[in-house]
Amino acid sequence: MTQTLMEVEGLKKYFPITGGVFGRKVGEVKAVDDVSFMVRKGETLGLVGESGCGKSTTGRLLLRLIEATEGTVKFEDKEVNTLSTTEMKKIRREMQLIFQDPLASLNPRQTVEKILMEPLVVHKIGEKNERKQMVKEILEVVGLDEYHAKRYPHQFSGGQRQRIGIARALMTRPKLIIADEPVSALDVSIQSQVLNLLKDLQKKFSLTYIFIAHDLGVVRHISDRVGVMYLGRLVELADVDQIFANTLHPYTEALLSSVPIPDPELDQDQEDVLGGEIPSPANPPRGCAFHTRCPLAMDVCKEVRPVFKEKEPGHYVACHLHE
Amino acid sequence: MATLEKEKRQEKIKIQEQVEKPVSPWKDAWRSFKKNKIALIGAIIVLLFVVVAILAPWIMPYDYNKNDLVNRLQPPTGDHWLGTDDFGRDILSRSMYGARISLTVGFSAVLGSIIIGSFLGVVAAYYGRWVDTLISRIFDILLAFPSILLAIAIVAILGPSLRNALIAIAIINIPNFGRLIRSRVLSVKEEEYIVAARAVGMNDSRILIRHIIPNSITPVIVQGTLAIATAIIEIAALSFLGLGAQSPKVDWGKMLADSQQYLVNAPWTMIFPGVAIMLTVLGFNLMGDGLRDALDPKMKS
Repeated sequence: MTQTLMEVEGLKKYFPITGGVFGRKVGEVKAVDDVSFMVRKGETLGLVGESGCGKSTTGRLLLRLIEATEGTVKFEDKEVNTLSTTEMKKIRREMQLIFQDPLASLNPRQTVEKILMEPLVVHKIGEKNERKQMVKEILEVVGLDEYHAKRYPHQFSGGQRQRIGIARALMTRPKLIIADEPVSALDVSIQSQVLNLLKDLQKKFSLTYIFIAHDLGVVRHISDRVGVMYLGRLVELADVDQIFANTLHPYTEALLSSVPIPDPELDQDQEDVLGGEIPSPANPPRGCAFHTRCPLAMDVCKEVRPVFKEKEPGHYVACHLHE
Repeated sequence: MATLEKEKRQEKIKIQEQVEKPVSPWKDAWRSFKKNKIALIGAIIVLLFVVVAILAPWIMPYDYNKNDLVNRLQPPTGDHWLGTDDFGRDILSRSMYGARISLTVGFSAVLGSIIIGSFLGVVAAYYGRWVDTLISRIFDILLAFPSILLAIAIVAILGPSLRNALIAIAIINIPNFGRLIRSRVLSVKEEEYIVAARAVGMNDSRILIRHIIPNSITPVIVQGTLAIATAIIEIAALSFLGLGAQSPKVDWGKMLADSQQYLVNAPWTMIFPGVAIMLTVLGFNLMGDGLRDALDPKMKS
């Protein structure tokens, strides 16, 4: 059995909705609603779901960039949510984030060298010359050249910028990298380059990835295991082969069938494509969140929230069909 | 074979390196500012006045305060290019020396309000909650008064002098800068590179100094340039009312006040300081507009 790197237990994040003259709390958006899973050392865990399902919020909660409402995140042996500021700073060395929009995540007024040196300065790693050397090395690792160090982010192409973002995440030699839709802002031709780079880096630095995406093709390519999220909840989690071959949850099924088939002759099975809109997380349906759109909904789905549990070894699902 | 390829690659990199030189945002702004003819004219006017102000003690043809009652109220002549005033003092010399005071006071007042206003604005925006409410309400109270009236009130309390006029103008400009930088910081702190900085493990003060302030400062520079123009008018107004420069010191506003009685008989006593005020203000405004176009990222596509 491989080691567990991160364990998430009953994670919740409710954002308050304020209104009225005095800014009273009139409701809450349940962005992440009771999510539990664990991440094994060295694996890539894909998190997929429609936009607004809480996958990015989950990523930020894991890094404690926003405070969780409830639940715990355990990294190695430390409970991330309760660490003090100084301990938190130490642990930030170990886990890093890659962003969706590489340009927005790079300070436009800093050169690449400054951007990449900053994590080293913050964590007091190395002397000035060593730091410069490390920047040079990392640029080479991510496929950029030494002279790029003196330039500014706006002078790069989208793919190059994402390489800079990846390089920054690597500077402190972290164990875990959370990649928040790292390729969805890139051209398709660049996507595969960056994905392959991520794969190479994983081997080279023995990294663990949590890979957040909405593109199933991308997730299938890179992930070892896949978790499917819907309206702030994890509905299914299994090995990548399992989830594609032996789908249990009707939502996963619908998600898989909505992937366009690149062949106009082959008629897309329209019946499986989901109708309706994703319900508002401010007012999620009672019982199973998916019952309003589920083709197989039963009476029990409208009343009782299904439990997320292991149906087959390593295959978790939250659905009344599989009780 | 392998070395040959390596050499080729090296050569390619060298070429690229030269084609794509690093372009800093400041350099970029300067480039587009240079292209703006009108803004350049403004900058040249400002520069001219600044040079005159700095060199005034050496290039003044006469002592700005030397009375020469024989030659009082002379029209512009070869001896006195811009004429003389009611005490026979040379108007060119007085205007030059006046530039010194008007510009220094305008610049220092604006600098003071930028420093205090920015500090308050940054604190309000970054820490939010009751700090923000408190600071923002203070700004609102200051803005509720017509600014020149407030300035007069402040000078009335502190007593009329050039220094107090400077303080008054600095105070009335604080809320403008405070609000400006507050709104800017509010938007910058939601940017993803701030999240990135926090993910790296940076503390608040480093994020503020290294990331938020450098990205919030450009509108302040623009607003500051335009505010110097307003401040020069305000200091002139205060001096005109006798609340600013006191004899023997002189600035353009005081020259205007002194010329009141001679408007009809000796209009040059009024025209030249007036033109000086107008040109400086125009210069700063043109330069400020040019800076806005060059620095405002929203104007760039």
